[in-house]
This record gives sequence, C-alpha cells and structure tokens, in this order.
Amino acid sequence: MTTDNPDRRCRRACLAALCAAAALAAALGAQPARANPFETTLANGLRVIVKEDRRAPTVAHMVWYRAGAMDEVDGTSGVAHVLEHMMFKGTRKLGPGEFSRRVAEAGGRDNAFTSLDYTAYFQQVPKARLGEMMALEADRMANLVIDDKEFGNEVRVVMEERRLRTDDKPHAQVHERLMATAFQAHPYRRPIIGWMDDLEHMTAADARAWYRQWYVPNNAYLVVVGDVDHEAVFQLARRHYGALRPRALPLRKPREEPAQKGIKRIVVKAPARLPYLAMSWKAPVLRDVDSDRDAYALEVLAGLLDGHDASRLVRELVRGSRVAVSAGAGYDATVRGEASFILDGTPAEGRTVAELEQALRGAIERIQNEGVGVGELERVKTLTIAHETYKRDSMFAQAMEIGRTEAAGHNWRSLDVMLQKIRGVTAEEVQAVAKKYFSDDALTVAVLDPQPPPAEAPAAPARPAGVRH
Amino acid sequence: MKKPLLALSFAALAALCAGRAAAGVSIQAWTAPSGARVLFVETRVLPILDVQVDFAAGSAYDVREKSGLAGLTRGLLDAGAGDLDEEKIAERLADVGANLSGGTEPDRASVSLRTLSSERERAAALELLRQVLQSPSFPAGALEREKARTVAGIRESLTRPDGVASRRFSTALYPGHPYGFETTVESVSAIARDDVEGFYRRHYSAARAVVTVVGDVSRSQAEELAQRLTAGLPAGGADGVVPEVTLPSREVVRISHPATQSHIYLGTPALRRGDADFFPLLVGNYVLGGGGFVSRLLKEVREKRGYAYSVYSYFQPLKVEGRFQIGLQTKREQADAALKVVEATLADFLRDGPTETELAAARRNLIDGFALRLDSNRKILDHVAVIGFYGLPLDYLDQYPKKVAAVTRSQIRDAFRRRLQPRHMVTVIVAGG
Repeated sequence: MTTDNPDRRCRRACLAALCAAAALAAALGAQPARANPFETTLANGLRVIVKEDRRAPTVAHMVWYRAGAMDEVDGTSGVAHVLEHMMFKGTRKLGPGEFSRRVAEAGGRDNAFTSLDYTAYFQQVPKARLGEMMALEADRMANLVIDDKEFGNEVRVVMEERRLRTDDKPHAQVHERLMATAFQAHPYRRPIIGWMDDLEHMTAADARAWYRQWYVPNNAYLVVVGDVDHEAVFQLARRHYGALRPRALPLRKPREEPAQKGIKRIVVKAPARLPYLAMSWKAPVLRDVDSDRDAYALEVLAGLLDGHDASRLVRELVRGSRVAVSAGAGYDATVRGEASFILDGTPAEGRTVAELEQALRGAIERIQNEGVGVGELERVKTLTIAHETYKRDSMFAQAMEIGRTEAAGHNWRSLDVMLQKIRGVTAEEVQAVAKKYFSDDALTVAVLDPQPPPAEAPAAPARPAGVRH
Repeated sequence: MKKPLLALSFAALAALCAGRAAAGVSIQAWTAPSGARVLFVETRVLPILDVQVDFAAGSAYDVREKSGLAGLTRGLLDAGAGDLDEEKIAERLADVGANLSGGTEPDRASVSLRTLSSERERAAALELLRQVLQSPSFPAGALEREKARTVAGIRESLTRPDGVASRRFSTALYPGHPYGFETTVESVSAIARDDVEGFYRRHYSAARAVVTVVGDVSRSQAEELAQRLTAGLPAGGADGVVPEVTLPSREVVRISHPATQSHIYLGTPALRRGDADFFPLLVGNYVLGGGGFVSRLLKEVREKRGYAYSVYSYFQPLKVEGRFQIGLQTKREQADAALKVVEATLADFLRDGPTETELAAARRNLIDGFALRLDSNRKILDHVAVIGFYGLPLDYLDQYPKKVAAVTRSQIRDAFRRRLQPRHMVTVIVAGG
C-alpha cells in the first residue's frame, strides 16, 4: 500500500515507460495489427483488458480506479490514499484483514498503490485462482465497510507512512515543496499522501464519501495479464463484476494551472549533510498521440540526458567536471494533469548548488546551441526497443504499462503508435524542444539547505537484559 | 541497428506460437575448462539472454582498516577495461541495448548482463562483459572519484536515522567479524589503487567464479560463452574461507537523533546456506513476520495498534551465520510501546511456535505460490545463481514444495528456539522517545 511518487516514477528508462507493452506488432511492420491484448466492456461500464502471456502458470489481476490525489479538494488531501488502505479493512462479508488472508491462502500476493491520477489494486496468483480474486475485488468495489475504530487505527498507520517516506526524507520534502510551489491552482500541488494536518483531521465520513463518489464499475477498468484465455476471462468478469450497479460520476473540473509569470525559488531546511537541487519546468502533456510532436521529443531529450550509463548528465557532470555526485532528468508526458520536466542533482563535496545549477543549465544550453549527435539519438532509440523486449519478462510490468496508459486517458492501443513516434523523433526536434521549453519564466527551483544534525550523542547505557519483559 | 531487432522479433513470435515454458526449471551444470562452475537454464520463449558471474569476493573478504575495498573493486570493473575507457564501455553497451548490473553482498560480488539474444547484439555484449571481467584497468581518476562519492554517501547516511541504525546494528551483530565491518570515511580513504588491483587478482579467479546462464541460447553456446568469459581471469590465491561467527552478547543500543520516527532493529546471527533448519525457519518466519499482511508482527504492531507502516522479519542465509532481523519504524514518542509489542510477539512465537492453522496457511502460500517465484527469466536467474554460488542441490527448486510441506510445528518451534536465543539478541533504537 504505497503512494506512487510522480516525480520519481520516471527517473530511468523513461522511454520504455512511454512505449508499447508488446514489442511484437510494433517491431513487426509486416505483421497484421496484433490481436493480443483483448478488450471488452461490461454492460455496467467496466472495461476489461486481457493480455495473454503463456510463459508461466500465473496471472496478474489489477483493478484501476480513475480517482487519484488530483481528484481531492483542500482540507481532505490524502483521502484517496487513506481509502486505499481502508479497502483492506473489511466488507459486509469479510472481516478486517480477511482480504489479504484469502489472497495469501491462494498462494498469491497483493497490494495497492495510489497516484496523483489513479488508485490501483492488484493480486498475483496461480492462474486457477483468478476467479476468487475477481470475487474479492468485486465484493469490495460495492460492499466496503469503513468502521470508525478501524479507520482510527489505519489513519495512524498512514501518518507513520508519511513520517517514513516524507518527513524524515530530505529529498522527498524538497519534491513535496517543489510541487506545492510550481502549481498554485492545479491539484498536483497537493502531496498524494496528504498534508499531516489534513490526515490528523480526517474522519471516517471523509473516506466513506470518497468511496461512494468514485468506487463504481463505470469509473474502473480491469487489467489481466497471464496464462489465461481472454474469452474465459471475459466470462469470469461478467460473472463476478457484471451485477455491480453503475452510478453517475461527479463532474470533473479541469482546474488548469494559469501560465507561470516568472521564476520561483524556494529553500527547504532539513537534517542532511549535502545540499540537493531540483529544477522543474512546465512542459506539455501528451494529449493527441497522433498529432502531438513535442512530448515525444522531450521524452527523447530526457533519455539523452539520463537514460543509461553513457547519457549526458552522468558523463558531463558526474564523471566529467565532477561537479555532482549524482544528477538526473525526468519527464512523464502520459499523465492526466500537468507535466513537468525535472533536472536534479547533488553537488560534490566542495562544490555549490549554484555551480550545479549552472552545470545543469549548461547541459540544456549545449543542446540548444549545438544540437544532438546522430549516434546518441540512435542509442536512445535502440535502448527503447530493447526495453520493449525486456519488459515482456514481467507480467506485472506489462499490466502496469497498460493500466498507466489508460489512466492518462489514452487507449492501450496507442502504445504502438507512441513507440513508432518515439522512433521517428529527429535531432532537429530534440534541439527545438530544448529551445522552446526551458525558459526561466516557467521554472521553479527548490534547494535543500542541509542542517547538520547535532553530533551523535553517546549511546545511553544499555538497559540490563530481561528488564523489558 | 533496427534490422536485426526486427528479425529477432519474428523468431520470438515463432517461439511464442510453438510452445511454452515448462512449469519446472531444468538446470544443467558443469565445470568449464577454466575451472569455473556453470549453471544453465535454456528457455527460448523470449529473445533474451541473462548471464551472471558471481565471485567469492564480497565484503566478507574486506579487512577492517580498508573496509569498502570489495565494493569499490566491483564498482570499478566497468570503469575501464583493455583499451576501452568507461565512456566507451557504457556507449557500446547502450549501442546494443544491453544492461550491465550487479553489486556486492556479504559473500558475493556479482556482474550481471542482460542482452538481446540475436547474434550481433549478443556477441558484442558478451565481448564487453569478457573485457570487464578479465581486463579491468582500474583508472586512478575513476578510483578517486568513486572514493569521493562513497565518502559522500557515508556522510549522508550518517545524518539519516535508518543509515545510523543499520550501521550500528551490523557492528553489534558481528563484533570483530567482517559481516560487521563498518565502511567509514577513514577506511575508504585508506584504499589505494594497488589494494584494488590486488583484491581483484586474489579474488576474481575462475576457481571462485560461478557463471549462471539463463535464456535463449543452446547448451553448446552456453558452454562456449562460459569458457570464454572465465578463461582469462586472474590466477587467484585467496582461499575463500569466511571466518566463523562468534554470537554477540545480549545488548540494547540507544542512539539519539532528531528524526520524527524511531528506527528499531532486533536480531541475531542465525542461519547458513544449506542448513538443515532452513525450511523450518523459512516457514516459521512466514508466520512471524515474512508473510506481509498476514504475519503476526504486522497484525500486532500495525493492524491492531497502528504503530507502524512497515514491520517485518527475515533470515539472510549466508556462508556462515547470516542474520535474523526484525525491523520497524514508529513515531518516536511510542517507540518503547511498539518495541514491547514486538518483543512480546517474538517471545510468544518462541514459546509456542505457530498454530496448526497458521502453519497450514503458510504451507499453502509457499507451495501454491511457488510458481510466482519462477515466472520470469529474471527470477529464475536469481534463484539459480544462489544455487550455484552456495552449492545447493540442483534439484533444490523441485524439492522446495515437498520440503515446505514436510515442515512441522515442533520443527519450527525447536529451530527458532535454538537459533534465536535471547542471550544473543541485539536491539538498536535510533531516535527513541
């Protein structure tokens, strides 16, 4: 049960994340359009996407809801994620914890994750147990019970999760404040896990309202990947999910971010030794997979800067000038909300954040002025295609890719188009987007100002053995 | 570039239509003329080849004053080899879409290659792996840079509660033993290029290498590539023996820190690879703290009381006694209360073992879910590399369900009592209330 940090989830192999799940049809121009995956929609609006992968007798079953942190409103930030936790706390039929117990007894493993754009639940099980998993998911899609006492306990677990992932993690704090500064109107300004004060004041009624609003079959889709026959899966889905009733969904308002009017800079103080720098530019979202061009060129740019061991930032900043101990680039165009292009890094001992900022800007300026080489461009595309093949080694990764693409509002069928478009990006296009999107007017800079913790106090005397029992 | 990939995918399609991987894993094993042990699993479903070479060259072979040497040596293998500098190595790997990975564990140093199995890509990637293994040049400049980055990492981790806790926990578990040596600013600074070169020459020999090959090649191709990768390795000289472990005396270490959460670790050295207690401890630990949401620790600490997001236990079997560890993080004000719950849960388990119901549930998950542990080439590689490196029986994976099924409550209770003795239990609390 985790939050999926959008700033981090695309650090490496960004291109791979954008592209097709199955390389076959994409790589094989001569082949007819692929039949696999398969798709159907139940009468209640639930879409079912099945990808047959027969290499091992297992299956991944995922239920995705089009409701994430971006659908929240002020005062109840974090409720999407808290509800995700409550989904394991029992239904009218099952007691708290019973869900996971049944998955475990089927030989499976289960978990869930909440992102800005969606909330998703999954089980990985031996293929014969798929029907049981559907019965369990269908039950909690309609019959969840949010008990006051269970809620009180679980919201405290979530606060511990926030302390673990954010409050005691300096870089996570920087990213939380970076988003909160870069976006003022758009809901991406709020952290997925929620502000601590909102968690402290959250009520079971907030979670119930969220569940009633969004957990309906017409706001969800299934992704099943594994050793299955798609017709049989469609049958199972009709049997288990078919009777669930759809409900009208609330109107979703766009809440678009107004154009930024100048650079923003913030400082975050936290216990650390080395400073840290993150620079975030507003960047285009991929909306029309056929006619948009810039998003693909920016994906390739991110891959040139930080896609592999020979990419530019590590070569120039870490191994070359040694201004940084680490440096990276990230861009994710397949999102529901707004996209950002982020450069970040940690300066080497004795080097300053200002020097690192200059070096990161320099990496962009060189591409603006000199363009990119044919060899490095080809390398990024080669890696993209290789990763398509490697991805097929994991059923879970294939299911994730379908689910995330759908969550961003694209059809899984677009994955092939996206891969072709990436392969068509030219050096001129990369240079053009480097010139177009890296203006200071659209930039937010966040710096970690490290506060050395007090020198380690001598350990208190050990308590004698046995006293504690 | 694209042509071979297209051809390759046709081959893959044919393979997908032709058949499917068998449920079991068939491991072939032999010793290469070089002296290296080789394990091979042929699986032609995907056009992928994975090769991992494990050396008995982990941090267990460090000396205290130069702790970090094993890790630096492994890290620098691809910083220059033959007449290639590190930029060239990285570029050539990327040019054929290959990934080089791996790292250092207590016992092993691992180098893993994932490549497309098509002729041109495979040949280029394997040749790079061969050079990295056999002709590392350990450039002085790269060594200085990596030392500086390691030192920066150490200093940073010393500001973090989890970094402080895990370092102190290891030294407390293994006083005087290399499993517990702390890599410090001083020990890294003391490492010279000659040390790296010498460590490589002593420990990266064919006799101490295990090559694991999984994927889309034939037996004869696997034989040929394993020999070529290991034929030109150094002569070696180290004996590969890890010193015996002396169990620590019971100790509770408290370290202050301003973090919002306490980080708490409990444990003791407990388990060797190939140990007769392995299966009782594995099954028992599933019940205690290894079974995720259904484990006792999670129920008591998280579900019932909301004390922690993460609480777990595990055994790390190694050449000599690897650790048993329980870990959790909790709001600092409730650290003592949470620790009491953990200690009581462990004490109950040591006294009574699992219930019959819990044992049955653990067996069902471990046996019915076994296929999930082997449903990708990557997972098969991980398991087979462990079998090869630690000399486990080749039918280990076939026997696994049977061995799990045979575990009894009394075996679990007995094994836990012998392995987790309170007088040898170490506790570290950082940022306690």
